[in-house]
Amino acid sequence: MSAAAATAAASYSLVRQPAMETGLLEVSMGPHHPSTHGVFRMDVRLDGETVVALKPVFGYLHRNHEKLAEGMSYLASMPFTDRLDYFNSMTNNWAYALAAEQLLPIEVPERAQYLRVIMAELTRLVNHTSLVGFFLNDLGALGTPLLYAFRERERILDLFEQASGARMMCNYFRFGGLRCDVPEGWLARARAVVDAFPRFLDEFEKLLCENEIVLARTQRVGVLSGAQAVNAGITGPMLRASGVNYDLRKVDRYGIYERFAFRVPLGSAGDCYDRFMIRLLEMRESLKILDAALRDIPTGPVMGNAPRVFKPAASETYGRVESPKGELGFYLIADGTTKPYRYRVRPPSFINLTVLEDLCVGHTIADAVVILGSVDIVLGEVDR
Amino acid sequence: MRLLGFGILKGMAVTLENFVRSYFDRDRRHHLFTKEYAWEPGAPAEVLPARADTTVTAHSRNFPILLHDGADPMGGIRCVACQICERECPPQCIYIEKDYDEQGKYIKRPAIFDIDLSVCMSCQICVEVCPFDAIVMDSQFELSTANRFGGLLQHRDQLLKSNEYYHRIHPEEARARDDRMAQEKAEKEAKQAAADAAKKKAAEAKAAAEIAAEKSKPEPSAPTAGGAA
Ligand code: SF4
Ligand code: SF4
Repeated sequence: MSAAAATAAASYSLVRQPAMETGLLEVSMGPHHPSTHGVFRMDVRLDGETVVALKPVFGYLHRNHEKLAEGMSYLASMPFTDRLDYFNSMTNNWAYALAAEQLLPIEVPERAQYLRVIMAELTRLVNHTSLVGFFLNDLGALGTPLLYAFRERERILDLFEQASGARMMCNYFRFGGLRCDVPEGWLARARAVVDAFPRFLDEFEKLLCENEIVLARTQRVGVLSGAQAVNAGITGPMLRASGVNYDLRKVDRYGIYERFAFRVPLGSAGDCYDRFMIRLLEMRESLKILDAALRDIPTGPVMGNAPRVFKPAASETYGRVESPKGELGFYLIADGTTKPYRYRVRPPSFINLTVLEDLCVGHTIADAVVILGSVDIVLGEVDR
Repeated sequence: MRLLGFGILKGMAVTLENFVRSYFDRDRRHHLFTKEYAWEPGAPAEVLPARADTTVTAHSRNFPILLHDGADPMGGIRCVACQICERECPPQCIYIEKDYDEQGKYIKRPAIFDIDLSVCMSCQICVEVCPFDAIVMDSQFELSTANRFGGLLQHRDQLLKSNEYYHRIHPEEARARDDRMAQEKAEKEAKQAAADAAKKKAAEAKAAAEIAAEKSKPEPSAPTAGGAA
């Protein structure tokens, strides 16, 4: 080192400020950041590149969903549930219909039960394929996996459109059944989509599962232990990736799920790779359910004997389903009028987000993006 | 020994296969191209696509329209301005005022029926709650306008479409609706006829009883012949 440089260094140390020296860098990622899947902000404190603290900030997409629902009739908030988790409007509808059907019991006809299962499992395929695509996007595999995923999703959305009139905001379930029957030939078209799907999954697995970069970026990253997951109230694929066997389709057996044989895939490490693999495996199980449901579906009406005005007696209830993201529940208090007195949503992605800091601390900021991607959030549901 | 990068190569083989197949696989070719919307720009709104590969199917919905029977929109308007849809519409984008004649008598049709399409969320709740089958969903997608504020506020006369138009855009649904309406009408008429008959009978019986009473007054001992009618 030259003498001049040494003096420069010495004089630099004279003007150094202790406050700056500790040098934690605070980065505000979002609300408009491509990795945050919507309008969501992470206040990250970094030591170099390593995350030492992370504060999720949400609420940017708050739309007053619960309070709005308390001011309108039971039926009128059905279309609003589509907009909670806008990838999975069918399962959102189901959770709400299930809760309402507990308030005022209405027999759901057999065909409607089957169609509900078919729609819910197709929704799971839509959600998991796009999640895997987005997750790979976060890893830096820009485009290809996501476009492959969207290519398949498109076919399912076409089915949704033919059945309900809309691709994403389906608004298809009603208290006591479904709004309308599927059009002629729909079941055959659904069958074709379901039959072609395993080929796509094979291709997807070949593309991704052995890729060294994917393995290096996801294994042992963002580990969530089973105990921690249970304590935090985590549900859905994220919980099962940590090795906890809890699937509401098996636990509650709502609808007619007890008639179908399917397995619940479990992870062991609880890292991002497990969370990613769980989704791929769950799709295979969904295909089994779809296969059986499309084979066994009877003909008949799709709407039960629902009263023209839905007016349950004063009571309260909690209805929940296994949405692709976890346990989606609706807590309703009826006061004997046509409007709910209290309407509360238990959104899975909001609660799954609460452990984000624990998952990210100690990893680099690039990993924080991957971890967030593996949690699978939709801000419409987080903020409501 | 595991070759490092083997997984990546395998993935690249998949992408290459997809690339090549996209030129030969008919199914994939169909799905790899962007689909266009139904209406060619400039075509009259009433023309429906003859093309098979449109995203707008006979089942898709977007915004509500009002139906009328026959050729005269206001003559055949089905809406009676009962305002149920206005009350039920979740985002409250419908505004209705009832129509009155010169004497101030309500004439069962809307004077104003506005739907703000910039607020409407295409949920179809209005269609479901309407007891008169007066409002249904359209599938017209080319609605963009240069006017940000009033441009998407649709008034009654813009919303009014004929039942034939409805049959063209949603044939299956329209047929089912017409069948149900005809059935309901027949049931109602049968009920009305039954009610009328019962009323007539009751009136006759009453009249007969009155006659009998009249007769029995001056001559208490006379037989009540009319009572059996
Ligand atoms: S479709 Fe829904 S939002 Fe639109 S006018 Fe009808 S009820 Fe209102
Ligand atoms: S459209 Fe139907 S519900 Fe709405 S005001 Fe007219 S008749 Fe009543």
